[in-house]
Amino acid sequence: MSESSLRVVWVYPDLLSTYGDRGNALVVERRARQRHLNVTRIDVRSDQAIPTSGDIYLIGGGEDRPQRLAAERLRADSGLVRASENGAIIFGVCAGFQIMGHEFINDLGEREPGLGLLDTWTTRGEGARCVGDVLADVDPRLGLPQLTGFENHQGVTHLGQGVQPFATVSVGRGNGTGDGTEGAWRDTVFGTYLHGPVLARNPAVADMLIKLALDVNALPPADTTWYDALRAERIAATTRPA
Amino acid sequence: MAGTESEPTGARDASLPARAKIAVTAGRVAAAVSRKAGRGSGSVIGGKVALRLDPDLLATLADHLDVVLVSATNGKTTTTRLIAEALRAAGPVVSNALGANMPAGITSALAGGSDARFGVIEVDEKYLATVARDTRPKAIALLNLSRDQLDRAAETRMMAEKWREGLQNTEAVVIANADDPLVTWAASSCKKVVWVAAGQAWKEDAWSCPACGGVMQRPGDDWFCQECGFRRPNPHWALQGTHVIDPQRGAWPIQLQLPGRANLANATSSAAVAAVFGVSPQVALERMRSVAAVAGRYDVVQYQGRDIRLLLAKNPAGWLETFSLIDGPPAPVILSVNALDADGTDTSWLWDVDYERLAGHPVFVMGQRKLDLAVRLEVAGLQFHVVDTLEQAVRMAPPGRIEAIANYTAFQQLRKVVAG
Repeated sequence: MSESSLRVVWVYPDLLSTYGDRGNALVVERRARQRHLNVTRIDVRSDQAIPTSGDIYLIGGGEDRPQRLAAERLRADSGLVRASENGAIIFGVCAGFQIMGHEFINDLGEREPGLGLLDTWTTRGEGARCVGDVLADVDPRLGLPQLTGFENHQGVTHLGQGVQPFATVSVGRGNGTGDGTEGAWRDTVFGTYLHGPVLARNPAVADMLIKLALDVNALPPADTTWYDALRAERIAATTRPA
Repeated sequence: MAGTESEPTGARDASLPARAKIAVTAGRVAAAVSRKAGRGSGSVIGGKVALRLDPDLLATLADHLDVVLVSATNGKTTTTRLIAEALRAAGPVVSNALGANMPAGITSALAGGSDARFGVIEVDEKYLATVARDTRPKAIALLNLSRDQLDRAAETRMMAEKWREGLQNTEAVVIANADDPLVTWAASSCKKVVWVAAGQAWKEDAWSCPACGGVMQRPGDDWFCQECGFRRPNPHWALQGTHVIDPQRGAWPIQLQLPGRANLANATSSAAVAAVFGVSPQVALERMRSVAAVAGRYDVVQYQGRDIRLLLAKNPAGWLETFSLIDGPPAPVILSVNALDADGTDTSWLWDVDYERLAGHPVFVMGQRKLDLAVRLEVAGLQFHVVDTLEQAVRMAPPGRIEAIANYTAFQQLRKVVAG
């Protein structure tokens, strides 16, 4: 990566862009440009090859059938796995998070292999879908403020030894395992169930991805007035007794 | 019952079977009570009461009518109104003109149309198959399908699948938008289809072939799947610029009071529906000119001495069409977004809307989720003001007619405020 430039790859918007996932790409782009970085966003459709030279890869949420199609095409392509081996930053949401694991249940009710980028596997929940606002405390090692977002999924994602929970929920269901874990991470690979999109509600996570990509500990300040107002409002609304 | 365009006369009631008669009367009483209690028109509660007493009431009421059903994600209320106007050229019409589009509201509306010949009925997407089974329509208009309220509605492609299964045995002539791959997929199993090239600005829900999952190729206005051969059918009718092209290649100018490309498309589909009932495009389009506003949508109102045009946009496809019809900069724009149950409680769709297109407009944001909008607009790099009330926005807005765009409950609230 040349200095002060950033290549943001949005993986398969034709299949995995159901819940405003474009927002995550827009927020990363905006936060990077506010730091005067030269940003190139590359939207890769599922009939195109995944470039291996990206800095940050974003994978969004999707409906059940597109999720299976995305997994099939990503396995055949292998670009994302190679990019990860080169140390790229990968951030997946919901269906994208499930694909990053070893396997998930597809629209046909079958076990569908994922990419194995995260040591996780996903089964289907028996109860009602997890739908609603979420509050969670991020793994303290990541030094991030409270996570706020919206979830809508039926998956139950189990974490293996090779990953840590990204966060622990105080409101909401997260991974659906009943132990309060939300998402998973290792090194520079992250998965979460929060859409909304999550980076608009948590600009510090977007900044973390940019810092990891640039391999720096700090970024110049960028205004967060409206993000802060939105966070305060959503956190208050989520914790308010019903 | 309320929510209808023609008042009950009783002449037709006399011909109803006893059970239906009792049900209709009970429904009217319930509606009147609800109205008196200040709970709106009462059409939904009236229909619910009536349907509980006679579950076959909808079928009974529709029996004497030539029925056309209208369904879509966007534009169904307006198109229902346009078709109703067009068909009045051929006879009296009963219609759920106020948008109560589930079985109870539809039942209530039909119960009010005692002397009608045509029933023009808007149907919620989820209930289309049921209502089509009960009312045995002569025509069904399918306009478009796109993402809407994903926190509670079925997935968009599943909706197309549901339509496809529910309508495959219908005897109705299906008037379907050939430019929407999901609508085409839904309609292509029907026996009689009239294809209309009505256009579709929003493409983000149909990049994946609804038949096989292949990647859709979309050069220009065409679309096809390279893998299974599913492709855009040749249209019988088309919207070309501001003209309807009929199957004989006749071109008819559309002169609507309603603004925007989406309404030209709605008029084109409406003309194709009218033709099924023997009303010519010339007569149909002439009658559609009289429609100025639909349930307050597109209405230009005066408030605090200013002109405000009220525009409803409920989902990304709707916002896209709305942006294409508003006055150019420097027209002031007010945006209001809520996330109550009727709107869907998930605001993630804001990120699928190209608010970047408002660059150059003075923009004011309000509504229950104004802070979600504020972050969205900040990321879009726009200048904007966050306000608490319409009055405040109007006071701050520079001169010129104000365009106010709001989602469902926010729109109802704006209407209430401007009505005083």
